[in-house]
Amino acid sequence: MSALGGFAVPVVIGLILLGGLIRRVPVFDAFLEGAGEGIKTMTAILPSLVGLITAVEMFQASGAMDMLTEALKPAAGLIALPPETMPLAILRPISGGGAFALFDNLLKNFGPDSAAGRVGSVLCGSSETTFYTVTVYYGACGVSKTRYTIFCALLADFIAVIASSLAVKMLF
Amino acid sequence: MNFIWAGIMLLSILLGILTGRSAEVSSAVFEGAKNAIELCLTLLASMCLWSGLMRIAEKAGITRVMGRIFRPFLRLLFPGLEPSSKAGSAISMNVAANVLGLGNAATPLGIKAMKELHKFSSDPAAATNNMIMFVVINTASVQILPTTIAAMRAQYGAASPMDIMPAVLLASAVSLAAGIIAVRILSLRRKRP
Repeated sequence: MSALGGFAVPVVIGLILLGGLIRRVPVFDAFLEGAGEGIKTMTAILPSLVGLITAVEMFQASGAMDMLTEALKPAAGLIALPPETMPLAILRPISGGGAFALFDNLLKNFGPDSAAGRVGSVLCGSSETTFYTVTVYYGACGVSKTRYTIFCALLADFIAVIASSLAVKMLF
Repeated sequence: MNFIWAGIMLLSILLGILTGRSAEVSSAVFEGAKNAIELCLTLLASMCLWSGLMRIAEKAGITRVMGRIFRPFLRLLFPGLEPSSKAGSAISMNVAANVLGLGNAATPLGIKAMKELHKFSSDPAAATNNMIMFVVINTASVQILPTTIAAMRAQYGAASPMDIMPAVLLASAVSLAAGIIAVRILSLRRKRP
């Protein structure tokens, strides 16, 4: 499978270059133009990312994260979730790096083929780091009023948690 | 976003003081900022590369073709958007990159799509319904091959690392559908372009 991933990038780049050459696009000039714009976009995103990641790290360092997961652990039973995967479910939308560290621990302590290991795997595979995506995408175009974005995105994440545990129950 | 952000920070500061972990919190401030810059540098690399390639694809007309392929999908989810427009093409490229599992290409392409969608906005500070739809589709993850997760499972001796794939697809589809339906309901309720 990773072999397939290894193929995809070079093939896509190759196709774009060939397409450009066939249509007589000055490919290198076009590349420089786009790449320069990429830098500009990044400078627009940087402030929002500094703001978000700092807040998330503070939240974790203060112990608020642990308290939140402890408080919500009893709720795991309600949505048929193995309680060991609860911290992962909460951290997944907030911090990508943090979630993968937890996932790594989960696999180490319970094994990849345990119920908790499986639910964790499906959970990580079927959702994204929501807050990061929202920050980067809106930061890039200077939008501060996100309206109902966070509500819908977190709702989808919550459904992903329930669906992960149900899917593992159904399919294994 | 303003209240969430300030709330998270204030809660952390308060809790840090109450539980005697304010030293940890204060080091997390700078650690967090540093991590953000490091992340930006990583993102900057793929951002430059894929924005550059994207410009070639645009000039060669490849992106317009992608927009045409994804036309039914765009019509359904993004009302009022011309599928062959720049925004339509960029959305198509982002979805294609996500589906192919080209994670580091999907973000730059998604940002491009957001900027194009933003051009239709009447209030530059506020997200439009189409922008919200696009962000929610991306936060719900449309990846088909969970390669990173399979690799981690293999490392810890999973009997068959990829056997979670049907479950991942099912859970992704359900949560994506939930997100899309929620956006659609809320966008109809509050009419705004």
